[in-house]
Formats: sequence, structure tokens, C-alpha cells
Amino acid sequence: MRRLFLTRADGVVMMYRHNAMKKILRSFMQITFTLCALLLAACQAQPEQVLRLATTTSTYDSGLLQAILPDFETEYGVRVDVIAVGTGQAIAMGERGDADVLMVHDRVKEEAFVDEGHGLARYPLMYNDFVIVGPADDPAGIRGMGLASEAMARIASARATFASRGDDSGTHAREMTLWLASGIQPDPSSGWYLSIGQGMGETLQFASERRAYTLSDRGTYLAMQENLIDLVVLVGGESLAHNADQNLINPYSVIPVNPARHPQTPKEVSMQFVEWILLLDTQEQISTFGVDQYGQPLFYPDSDHWRSAHP
Amino acid sequence: MSIWDTLIETLNQGASTGSELLHIILLTLRVSGLALLISAVVGIPAGAWLGVSRFPGRRVVVAAIYTGMGLPPVVVGLAVYMILSRSGPLGDLGWLFTPAAMVTAQVLLAMPLIIGLTNAAIESLDPDLRLQLRSMGANRLQEIGAMLGEARDGVIAAVAAGFGGIVSEVGAAMLAGGNIEAQTRVLSTAIVLETRRGNFALALALGGVLLSLTFAMSILLIRLRHRAVWTWK
Repeated sequence: MRRLFLTRADGVVMMYRHNAMKKILRSFMQITFTLCALLLAACQAQPEQVLRLATTTSTYDSGLLQAILPDFETEYGVRVDVIAVGTGQAIAMGERGDADVLMVHDRVKEEAFVDEGHGLARYPLMYNDFVIVGPADDPAGIRGMGLASEAMARIASARATFASRGDDSGTHAREMTLWLASGIQPDPSSGWYLSIGQGMGETLQFASERRAYTLSDRGTYLAMQENLIDLVVLVGGESLAHNADQNLINPYSVIPVNPARHPQTPKEVSMQFVEWILLLDTQEQISTFGVDQYGQPLFYPDSDHWRSAHP
Repeated sequence: MSIWDTLIETLNQGASTGSELLHIILLTLRVSGLALLISAVVGIPAGAWLGVSRFPGRRVVVAAIYTGMGLPPVVVGLAVYMILSRSGPLGDLGWLFTPAAMVTAQVLLAMPLIIGLTNAAIESLDPDLRLQLRSMGANRLQEIGAMLGEARDGVIAAVAAGFGGIVSEVGAAMLAGGNIEAQTRVLSTAIVLETRRGNFALALALGGVLLSLTFAMSILLIRLRHRAVWTWK
């Protein structure tokens, strides 16, 4: 039974409880305040410069950037935030001023980006090559063919399954150029041409599962090879030196976003980064990256400094 | 200009047609609709049964189902991928990268939501209702039916939550379906793709279409709630 009237003792207990609550609340607020102050102090302690680099997935997934960027970060005291996306999204990010430097591989789009005033200039950085990979039993019979466009025409006439990136990435743009050269306009509703709109790694996995052909940059293929069942290089040879098709060369460039158009971009840091990555020393690091692991470089240096040192 | 016009126009610029968009929408409805139907047909009775049953370890089962309500779609997608992979146990089905694989993943995602929320709806009913039903001579099945009728608001919410969850998730649809144009591309994966392409406006517009679908579905469910004559006679 609940009592109807409160005694004096009850009042004392309630007051005591009330005071205890107040105390708890006060210490809780003190802790919260201290934590906030600490957090703010931690955030302000290092007025670190940040450079936002929008790049294609291949440079990131291969591990190249993780290998070379720490040198730049310690030498210049700048933190580089890498955003690994397709070339299409990287360029859109540059157009909106959401990135400071782009590292991409689609010449047509790059030139348009600079011409429209979004980028300062386009600097050749490095290159590697594309290969056509497919199931080892090669149902379309393209193994060893020299020209990618001819091999793709044969895949189309055999109606063998072909997986397309379909995501406006640099690799997808090259694939479309090669189809154009082959005189075939692949149709996604035809059944054999599968446009999946995913990254290179996912597309290679897809090709491996579906026994499909696909166009891949050699670096990503090499890096993923051990996880791919029964998917081999059919056009493009063992290394870039064995690749007979000039149309499979894959040049990367670096573009600083135009500070006149996007004033919030850290102009000096962007230029420092671009100059640093084109330096002979950095280019040499690029040229040796991956050799230990894959027996061949994943990227070949191509800056002006490098070319004048290695005519 | 309506979102639809913007969509058609943008798709046309991308050398596609409005029929591509229509295909994406229809496939989204087909895949998520079928997954929802399967989950509801199995999940509502299962949740109701769980709600009226008392057995040792019941709390653990309920906790497990609540955990399932928070399953990360990408983990479910990965599990379905590995099971249906050519090197997986059910590779011979040939389901990977087909709508069937997407339905499988979405059923796994929606089922715990529907079971868990139906169970909660039944549990929150007045305990006297059961006694009353029993005293009127209802058998177990009639009892569950009547209680479901009483808890229909909660059940409708469970179904709506299930639909909202699976129609908008992208991790499982991408991994299990493969986002193949004109075959397994749905709204959520199309949104990710258009974002990757840098077509932010189109991606956002597709998000609007997705929300409209969920909204229409909710209206449908709410109407159903008013029409339904579920009560046990």
C-alpha cells in the first residue's frame, strides 16, 4: 500500500536525493566540459596543412601512393588525404573545388578540364599499360593477338562474355576507344556484353567468376592475380616491353586545381606536391615500385625531368 | 522541370534511353518486392509465434534476431557472394550476379527485421487479451491470428521497415548482383555508379526516385492497414 501523506523523514530523503542528483549532474557536466576542451586543444595543437589528392583507384590499390607519399609528408610537413575514385568522379571533384590535385588517366577529359579553366596545367607523370585478360581456355581464341581492337572484334563475333567497367573511368574510356577502332558498338542488352559500373578490382573478380574477358590495367591485375581463378593475360604479353599495341599504353598525369577558380585550394602546397612528384628522385622511386614483388615495375616514370635524364 | 524530365534528359545525354531508367525501377521493385514478400510470408508468422511462445532460451533467440536486424548489408552480400561463387558450395546453381542472388541477400536482410518487429508488436499487447481469447476457446492458430490483427500497426511498421531497408541498401545488391546494366542494376547501385561517374545531379535525382518508391510503398501499406479484416471471427 502506498502511503498518502509524506512524513518529515521522507522530505529529508528527497532533499538528500535531490542534492545527490545535482552533484552527479555537476560532475557529469565538468567531465563533458573538460573532454570538449581537450578535444578542441587537440584539434588546434597542430595547424597542419592538408592537401587533398583525388586519384584513380589503380594508383592507390597498387600501393604506390602509400609507398611514396610519406616522404613528401615528412619533408614538407603536409598531410596528404588521398581520395581514390574513378577518373570521372575525380574530375568532377576537381570541378567543384573539392580536390586540390588530380592524378588521373583520361587524356580527353584531362585536356577539357584544363581548357575549361578548372586545372592549371596537365603534367605527364608516369605510364603503364592495359592488357586484355580472360579465361585460360580462351573461348574466343584471342591469345597472342597483337592488336587489342582486333581481339575485341573477335570476342564480339564469338559473342564471348565481356565485362566492361562501364563507369566513365580512364579504363572504361580506353575500352570505348578500342571498341570504336574495332568498328563494333557493343550493346549492354545483347547478353554477352556486361557493363557492371564497378571498380577495376571488382571487375576482375567479376570476370573471374563469370569466365569473362575484360580490359584491365596491368598493375591492378598483377596486384590481384593470386585471388583470381583461371584469369590470364591474353593480349598484351608478359610485361609492358612485350605489349605490341601502342593503343594499350596508359599515361597518367597530375593536374593542380586552378586556385583562381577555387580560391580555397592551398596553392603553394599543391604546386610543391606537383613539383615533388615530378622530381627525378621521386620518379626513380616510382620506377622501382613493385619490382621486388611482381618482377616488373607497375608504373614507368614519364616526367620531363625523367625524360631529360633518360633520353 | 520535374525530376523525371531531368532524369530522362540526363540519361539521354548519356546515350541511354528512358527505357533504361524504367528497367532499373522495375527491377528494383521486382527484386525488393519479391524479397519482401518472402520475408513477410515467413517472417510475420515466425515473429508472431515467437511473440506468444515461452520456452527456455527464448531471450537468446530474441537477442540473436535483434542482432540480425543490424546485419551490415555488405557482410550479407559477401556471404551470399562466397556461397554462390563458382568456388563456393552452391556455385552450381549459377545464381551469382543474377536477380536471384539479390533476392537471397535481401531476404536475409529483411527477415530478421520483420521477425523482430512483429515479435515486439505481439509482446506489447495487453496480456489479458490472450487469456480472454483462450477463455473463448481459441486454438493456438486462432489465437496468433487474432493477436496479429490486434498488433497490425506494428506488423505494418515491420513490413515497411523491411522494405525501406532492402530497397535502399547497396552493399549486398552490388556484391551479389554485380550491377550489370540492363540485368541486375537497381536504383541503389545506379546511384553509386552515377556518383562514381561524377554525375552528382543525376545520382541525387535517382535518390529522389528511390525515396518516392519507398513513400508509395508506405502509402500502400497504410491503406492496407485500414482495409485489412484480420480479426479472428
